[in-house]
Amino acid sequence: MLIDLLIEAIKAIIVVVMVLNLAGVLLWFERKGSALIQDRIGANRASITGLGQRIGLPNLGFVNTLIADPLKLFTKEDFVPEGADKFLHGLAPFLALFPVIITFAVVPFGDVVKIGSRTITLQAADVSSAALYILATIGIGVYGVALGGWASNNRWALLGGVRATAQMISYEIGLGLAIISVVMTYGTLDLQVMCHAQGGVWFGFLPRWGICLQPIAFLMLLIAGMAESKRVPFDLPEGESELVAGYFTEYSGGKQAVFMMTDFAEIVLVAVLITVFFFGGWQVPWLYRDGFHFPGGIHFGLPQLLVAILGLVAFMIKTIVFCWLQILIRWTLPRFRYDQLMRLGWKGLVPLGLANVVVTAIVIVLASGAH
Amino acid sequence: MSPGVFIFLAALAVISALGTVAQRNPVHCLLALVVTLLTIAVIFIGLDAVTVGFLQAIVYAGAIMVLFLFVIWLLNLQAELRSAPGYLALKAIAGLLSAGLAAELFVILWHAPSAAGAQAVAPAGYGSIGMLATTLFSDYLVAFEITSILLLAAIVGAIALARRIPSARAVAPVQAAAETPVRSEVA
Repeated sequence: MLIDLLIEAIKAIIVVVMVLNLAGVLLWFERKGSALIQDRIGANRASITGLGQRIGLPNLGFVNTLIADPLKLFTKEDFVPEGADKFLHGLAPFLALFPVIITFAVVPFGDVVKIGSRTITLQAADVSSAALYILATIGIGVYGVALGGWASNNRWALLGGVRATAQMISYEIGLGLAIISVVMTYGTLDLQVMCHAQGGVWFGFLPRWGICLQPIAFLMLLIAGMAESKRVPFDLPEGESELVAGYFTEYSGGKQAVFMMTDFAEIVLVAVLITVFFFGGWQVPWLYRDGFHFPGGIHFGLPQLLVAILGLVAFMIKTIVFCWLQILIRWTLPRFRYDQLMRLGWKGLVPLGLANVVVTAIVIVLASGAH
Repeated sequence: MSPGVFIFLAALAVISALGTVAQRNPVHCLLALVVTLLTIAVIFIGLDAVTVGFLQAIVYAGAIMVLFLFVIWLLNLQAELRSAPGYLALKAIAGLLSAGLAAELFVILWHAPSAAGAQAVAPAGYGSIGMLATTLFSDYLVAFEITSILLLAAIVGAIALARRIPSARAVAPVQAAAETPVRSEVA
């Protein structure tokens, strides 16, 4: 009994630590990556007693982004503007971060691990309606941004909050339609079952990943997910020349850091959802529970624990690749205008998503009739 | 669901519902209502109505309340004054209606079956999306289709009301008197 509780607690802690750490590392990714893209050097000033540089190592900016920046943010004065709603002003950043973090509870980050007589599923919470749970938590994530803008008692912040809210609830529909077509394809709401269904290969070389079945839903989830995380090219809630910094104009210090953390956690969330729905989650091509089965009948046996660890590593690599893709897009594309953003959401994604759902339904009916 | 969890959630729901009516700032009222709706969603999930619980969270807490927030912002509602004068007739009607609601609840609960004969364990698959869909698209198919047509009519009506018709503006008395053509910005 106690051991079961302990296992559940460890799984929950692993998920939270993984997400928060990855969100922190993404800050480094973002600053050095953008420097790389723009042919700059990027963060390279801060160093602890110059130790690494004395022995000739290049300064990669780890101290800058992972230690100095957070320390600076959390020791800054936490300023609450006059006339602001103090309670909601303090609550809003956490109201934004919390739903994103709890979404990761249902994400399967690996297959089962057998230790002794115990079978542990590598998933913090085995929820059978996981897809609905994800939609619910994403829907509730709107309040942090909306209330942050409202509680600041600042017109720019309020306008930024209104914009962010309108954008998020518009793209939630596209996101939901993309998830619905995936749910229809696999006939389940359970993410672990979806990952199991994506194991194996077609014709000996093509992994049975969701992207082969639902390429349009993949593009929709990527676009809508990036719009949900409110980053370039969808960063309309902020804009220096019109709205200053949008809904977090009046935030400083730790609370602003929490809003920033939310952005990065949302990038990780989008990457994780894409990985689970379209790239097999923890599946590695040709890897089964007893080892590799390459085409041509070559079998390469592996112990069960090693297979689980390989799956975990594959999941992390896929997630990081899609985080990197989002950062790459952010530093490559210019931003939309607000009317273009709304047109893409309502006149592009929604009809496309509905058509995708209808086509998926027809194919499912035809395929089931053939048997 | 254990009785302790249920009492905790029920108390939270009642307290936040009281907050919805007792607070003066409309945004605070709305937040309290969101807490009430989410708590009820959790109670649904705890009572094995999983799909209904998640739909409650998605539709009510995630979508409808956000629209309420927009309305509060757009109408620029301010915090109401305490002991506002007037509205005596409204208060009287509200009192009568709440008394009626309380009486109705009392009658229903009086005739409710006792817990002794109730099913302790839900049947397998109860509350799952599959069972919900089967019921919805067999026993309640007609009601479901009528509801969807009703919603479609409401959407069409909302668009028809919100749309500005150039010809209607052209015959407006002020513009007709000024003898100006329909301005292009209207379209």
